Amino acid sequence: MAKTDKSTASTGKGLGAKLMGMTDTNLLLTITIAVFFLMYIGAIIFQGSGFLKPQTFFNILNANAALIILACGMSLVMITGGIDISVGGVTALVSMCCAVYLDYKGGNVFMAVIIALAIGLAFGAFQGFLVAYLDIQPFIVTLAGMFFARGMTTIVNTSPFNVENEAFVALKMTRVNVPGMGSVNKIGKYVPAYVEIGVLVALLVVIVMFVMLRWAKVGRNFYAVGGNRQSALMLGINVKRTKFLSHLICGLLAGIGGFVYFLHVGSGSPSHATGAEMDAIASSIIGGTMLTGGVGNVIGTFFGVLSLSTIQNIVSSAGFDQAWWSGITRAAMLCLFLVIQSVVMSVRKKRNSAN
Amino acid sequence: MANSENARISSAGSLKNLIKNQCFIPIAALLLLAVFNLIADPSFFKITLGYNSTGNPVLSGFLIDILNNGSELAILAIGMTLVTAASGGQDISVGAAIAIAGSVVLRVLCGRDTRPETLQAPIIVAFLVACVVAMLFGAFNGVLVAYFKIQPMIATLILYTAGRSIAAWINNNELPVISDPKFAYFGGFIPGIPIPTPVFIAIACMIVIGIVLKVTNLRLYTQAVGINQSSSKLNGLNPELIKVMAFVILGLCVAVVGLIKVSRISSINYSVIAKDIEMDAILAVALGGNALSGGKFNMAASIIGAYVIQCLTTTLYKFGVPANSLPAYKAVVVILLVVVSAPTVREYVSTLTKKLKLSKEVA
Repeated sequence: MAKTDKSTASTGKGLGAKLMGMTDTNLLLTITIAVFFLMYIGAIIFQGSGFLKPQTFFNILNANAALIILACGMSLVMITGGIDISVGGVTALVSMCCAVYLDYKGGNVFMAVIIALAIGLAFGAFQGFLVAYLDIQPFIVTLAGMFFARGMTTIVNTSPFNVENEAFVALKMTRVNVPGMGSVNKIGKYVPAYVEIGVLVALLVVIVMFVMLRWAKVGRNFYAVGGNRQSALMLGINVKRTKFLSHLICGLLAGIGGFVYFLHVGSGSPSHATGAEMDAIASSIIGGTMLTGGVGNVIGTFFGVLSLSTIQNIVSSAGFDQAWWSGITRAAMLCLFLVIQSVVMSVRKKRNSAN
Repeated sequence: MANSENARISSAGSLKNLIKNQCFIPIAALLLLAVFNLIADPSFFKITLGYNSTGNPVLSGFLIDILNNGSELAILAIGMTLVTAASGGQDISVGAAIAIAGSVVLRVLCGRDTRPETLQAPIIVAFLVACVVAMLFGAFNGVLVAYFKIQPMIATLILYTAGRSIAAWINNNELPVISDPKFAYFGGFIPGIPIPTPVFIAIACMIVIGIVLKVTNLRLYTQAVGINQSSSKLNGLNPELIKVMAFVILGLCVAVVGLIKVSRISSINYSVIAKDIEMDAILAVALGGNALSGGKFNMAASIIGAYVIQCLTTTLYKFGVPANSLPAYKAVVVILLVVVSAPTVREYVSTLTKKLKLSKEVA
């Protein structure tokens, strides 16, 4: 990791020095994972046995599979120094288009997947072109993308409806049992723990992205461009193409995530995935992706999503089940991690310049 | 910027001066929309004087609609322009902040009862409390941006996520309704005056900001910080403070808009009030030709930009576009706008015209 991170030099000794010696990516990743485990253990201690059941954990995964995929794409764009807030809109558009195609047009599931990917790729390619080659601020471009996708969703179909296509419902109901994780319910029957197909897709995406970012040359380019655009250019990296690629992949992942979301909810609605882009950004930030670019890790993003939904579970099971607490908790958590990032980085900067 | 300057210099004569003016693009867009409406349906410009249910004279028509509904946007554009200029980013939490401000106004007016017969506090007190709350939230955003050095859009994302929840929390998720007709004056009509009150409020805000920019150093300082933060610091300014101040001023604008918004319906809907208004406000600033990356700004152009957006919205409504699909059309306009104003595209166009000229001279 040391190749592209900005601050690697540290000469101190001891635990503090060890922490300071870590690369930015690893330090923030460590904080995130530690926070997640502390939170989960805290939940088990204070909220009782509900959190002890493996299925509780798997339910968090089931509900957030789409968000994990979206957040992975978001992290990639943020590592490259950009941002993409169109992912929530694209998710809604994908679910609506697939729903209309499956139910009204009587299409098959395979073609629906192709449609989902095509929509995602189209958004990624167009936004990527505007950002990378025309040098327009990514925030403005993707804000427009988000509004376009949201508007298009209602143009495709205004009212929400459930999909009743048989092949699709069969796929939606498919459950993958996790061996050895089941529990015995009240009447003494063994209930196996399960995950949905979307979770497998999400895990696959996380692994592929992790491998690409860690070892593939193209993956290292993302860090280089995000870390310092000028020096990346001098290293002979095609900065524009890298930026374009990051948006393209993010768009593709938004398409995949959109379909996984669709698979989870099984309906099309203009109000689907409201605020998903904000959740994805928050998860990435909590997962240790720096807004300034060049620092981040999809494993962290994965734990970011888990932390975000765990805290929501904790808050709602602690009795604060009114709708507004969820928004306030998420915002508070985002705020906390942003401030941690900011403080950690400024301390390190001072140390580094002192050395 | 240098490229656009070159392009400006190379264009000719009086046309050059006209185009050079920053107000040119928004005014041209406004004229374009006006001509379009004139051709499509001249009744767009009809203004009628009628009487409302209480027997007071009111003006109605699409033009009045634009002026009336554009007021909120114009007021917001004032604050957003300052924030954009000082911090080089935009505040995306204004919609949520308006919900909070509106909620506070209602909370103070209603007291414990959600449907009071009489107001529990003077309206001015409710407004002032809302101002303080909105400015505090503005300061919160500003501190995150200025002192913690978080990108403005991400810092304001926090309030964007939490804002509507906080607004619902302030009123215990109940929907207070104010029955006092005096409260409806701010968003409707004052008896005897046929022009909607928000128009006067917007004009008052414009006059205030005009005087402030003329008399104080606000413009100079904001631009200095936006253009180069470290050099403004070397010149003895306090860039952090100025950034926070820009956000606080935006907070004040938000409070005014919040008052108008809740006054319009004498109630509040937490998830719908001022929805997507942040997009329109940013668009107004961009349409006014202000660089979204900060620095120099032109307040008048932003305000005209706000009315252009409202004109576009009203036109789309008139042609039967449903409210929910409106964003799709606006997004197309934004994309066209940013593509046309992108430096790379401008450069490309100017080299193309130069080449054309050269080939003409050679021939």
